[in-house]
Amino acid sequence: MSSSPLLPKMMKAHGVSRRSFLKYCASLTSLMALPPAMAPRIAHALETAPRPSVIWLSFQECTGCTEAITRSSAPSLEELIFDSISLDYHHTLQAASGYAAEQAREEAMKEHHGKYLVIVDGSIPLDEPGFSAIAGISNLDMLKETAEGAAAIVSVGTCAAYGGLPQANPNPTGAVAVSDIIKDKPIINVPGCPPIPMVMTAVLAHYLTFGIPDLDELGRPKAFFAESIHDRCYRRPFYDKGLFAESFDDAGARAGWCLYKLGCKGPTTKSVCATVKWNDSTSFPIEAGHGCLGCTEPDFWDNGGFYKPLSAPAGEYRRMGQAALVAGVAAGIGGGYLAKKNKAKAQADHETVDAFTLEKEESES
Amino acid sequence: MNNPYFDLLMFARGPLFDLALLVFVAGILIRIVEILVLGRKKDFSKAKGKPVQQGIKTIFTRTLPRPGAIKANPITIVGGYVFHIGFFIAFLLFVPHIALIEALTGLSWPGVGRVIIESATVIAVIAGLALLYTRWKDPVRRKLTTWVDYLVLILSLLPLITGYVAVNKLFGDPTFMMALHILSVDILMIVFPFTKLMHAFTFAMARYYNGSIQGRKGAES
Repeated sequence: MSSSPLLPKMMKAHGVSRRSFLKYCASLTSLMALPPAMAPRIAHALETAPRPSVIWLSFQECTGCTEAITRSSAPSLEELIFDSISLDYHHTLQAASGYAAEQAREEAMKEHHGKYLVIVDGSIPLDEPGFSAIAGISNLDMLKETAEGAAAIVSVGTCAAYGGLPQANPNPTGAVAVSDIIKDKPIINVPGCPPIPMVMTAVLAHYLTFGIPDLDELGRPKAFFAESIHDRCYRRPFYDKGLFAESFDDAGARAGWCLYKLGCKGPTTKSVCATVKWNDSTSFPIEAGHGCLGCTEPDFWDNGGFYKPLSAPAGEYRRMGQAALVAGVAAGIGGGYLAKKNKAKAQADHETVDAFTLEKEESES
Repeated sequence: MNNPYFDLLMFARGPLFDLALLVFVAGILIRIVEILVLGRKKDFSKAKGKPVQQGIKTIFTRTLPRPGAIKANPITIVGGYVFHIGFFIAFLLFVPHIALIEALTGLSWPGVGRVIIESATVIAVIAGLALLYTRWKDPVRRKLTTWVDYLVLILSLLPLITGYVAVNKLFGDPTFMMALHILSVDILMIVFPFTKLMHAFTFAMARYYNGSIQGRKGAES
């Protein structure tokens, strides 16, 4: 794949005009919160930058991230950008298999040592290497070996970025994120289940043009993960007015009211879903009538239930409440009787004193 | 990789809330049941008035200030009303709170919009601060005030302040602020049964008792 033609030639072959390419670069620029003057620079970089060798490692994952990026509206510019990198190794997309496939990875690593980009989707099992292995090499060994000569690592999807679904309680495979293993390389987390294709390609475009983007404390590019979905949601006015859907098919839901009470995690989830949207900016989950699951946040599978409102308690509160009712009444009755008994005892122990005794005591002392 | 803010939020919504609920419910029940079990000495005298009627009446009449009380202590009386009304508007009419009550009890009612909730919150906080100030400023009341009284007033204001901050995304990460908000409520629930906050559950009993004593004697209450 390293001999694939440069972007302009590929655009021509796919019938994409230069005008729409520049429009795409402009939208990427605004998406990444860069000044508009940067758009030509991005276009120039994408057209001329030497395409880095990319090794895509798939570990404990569902291939959803690859599906998202390759099945975006065809022929999309996202796809072209993706194709224009020199993708030297990818289980799902490469034609080679078995020994030849592994050889391609090793060759790319040797040839571009220190310069290649590693993209990882999927988490890494630590409990038992056999839980997930490729060509007899455990995920852990393959990650360590491949990361060693990498310029940077992009963790695509929540599994690679934060452990994701495989790490969900009780985490049977001991799954961890890439950043839990690799500590000495720059890591860009692009979480999401899957991430928005445009965000994945925009991060690649940023890497090609300007290098590593500004990251937040969870390793996510700030340009795409700085604002909550709630703040940019088109249903936000209903939240502010106090209008909430009570079920998925009531009048409120049909009128497009806020889905907070149905468990929407928009307020605590940072992503550009509400603005960039999916499927060529057609829609996003909340627009389709379902609350946000919070898939760009760590541990989103274990954060208290998808259909539970954020303000509702997440633990064993029912059992605790019932126990408290019984224990409270029982302890109250017990305490009351104890106090009664003490009172009766105090009354029984009460000694009567007359003036004669007091005088006697006084003269004695 | 974990998000420490999210972990704190889950701790506040999860195990700490469970503990707070246990202490809150059990603590309130212990105190109320204890009072009821302890009871009162039987009064063998013949009632001169209507103790039950006057007891029930007093529960409601004591909601209004005595004549002259507003003039004597305007900030305490007005501030007290404003704080209570504002607190209950913010607590009981904000939909995420209703969702919490629904999860706990199955009861639900319609909420109101953000403008009303946030105005009520701000006014309640100002009233609470005014109460704090007068309590501290008046030398007599200052002598009568223990550190628990200050603690209770501050702990009652914290959920209002942190809630406002969380909803409006002020001062840093909103998830962290929401975690702090729920944490402040957990703490309020835990101290509730052991402090004067119990008045929220005992006021009716106490007023009825006072009213019925006076009623039995044939006196006003």
